[in-house]
Amino acid sequence: MSMEAGDSIPELKVTPDRYLPHRYAGASGDFNPIHIDKEFATEAGLPSNILHGLYSMALVARANMAAAGGDPRSLKRLSVQFRGMGAPEQEITVTGEVKSAEGGRVVVDTVAKQSGKAIIKNAEAELEL
Amino acid sequence: MPVDTSATGKTYPPHEYEVGREKIREYALAVGEDNPVYFEREAARAAGFRDVAAPPMFAVVYSSGAVTPVFFDPDVGIDFTLLVHGGQEFVWGEAVCSGDTIATAVEIKDITEKGGMGFYVFESVSRNQDGAEVVRGTWTNIVRGA
Repeated sequence: MSMEAGDSIPELKVTPDRYLPHRYAGASGDFNPIHIDKEFATEAGLPSNILHGLYSMALVARANMAAAGGDPRSLKRLSVQFRGMGAPEQEITVTGEVKSAEGGRVVVDTVAKQSGKAIIKNAEAELEL
Repeated sequence: MPVDTSATGKTYPPHEYEVGREKIREYALAVGEDNPVYFEREAARAAGFRDVAAPPMFAVVYSSGAVTPVFFDPDVGIDFTLLVHGGQEFVWGEAVCSGDTIATAVEIKDITEKGGMGFYVFESVSRNQDGAEVVRGTWTNIVRGA
């Protein structure tokens, strides 16, 4: 496995289905109604119920681990900023570019977008190869 | 209303979470992970884990019992209706496996006001039953119109 500065990591595309926020709520324990109750979310001024930010962050983690060969121990650090709001039933695309690669430590700049808009930006992953 | 920064430096006692294989499976399925080390004991052991491994972002699951009460602490005084999760960082150490008991302690690192918004930064440190650090989380929360 070799990663050089300027390399792109393999793109990850995921379309969370309508009930994904409910499954993620159960798995994570975060039952905030803005994620699982469309009526509540629209009354709060949102276009629909929205994805959990930490779910989208988990997709960013997945894309980076996959780029490093899939071993969970390869992911040493992940820092993200949440921007905009993710929605179910729309494709999420995670892309990344290697910023630096020195001594087996690789830093990847990653972004997650939905309909062309960033839902996670300034994501920086540190991988150990 | 100005942001009350007096809770800066407040610490919370460790919260314990026992990691189970089926909870790892549920979480891994929800986020679309398919590496057998998250599902099968044999595959995990063959890869050098003690037992079924937790995906790194499973940190959210074992940390939440420690972090959630901070949001409800009247000393911190966060208005939930104006709360946005602004940023998140995890730095991972020792791998977490089924059967581990993870203790997570939280400290309020910083509370500041910028541009009419309150920024609340919490740090969580999680250790396994042997005292090894498994993850350090930095949780940045923004309260709009504070």
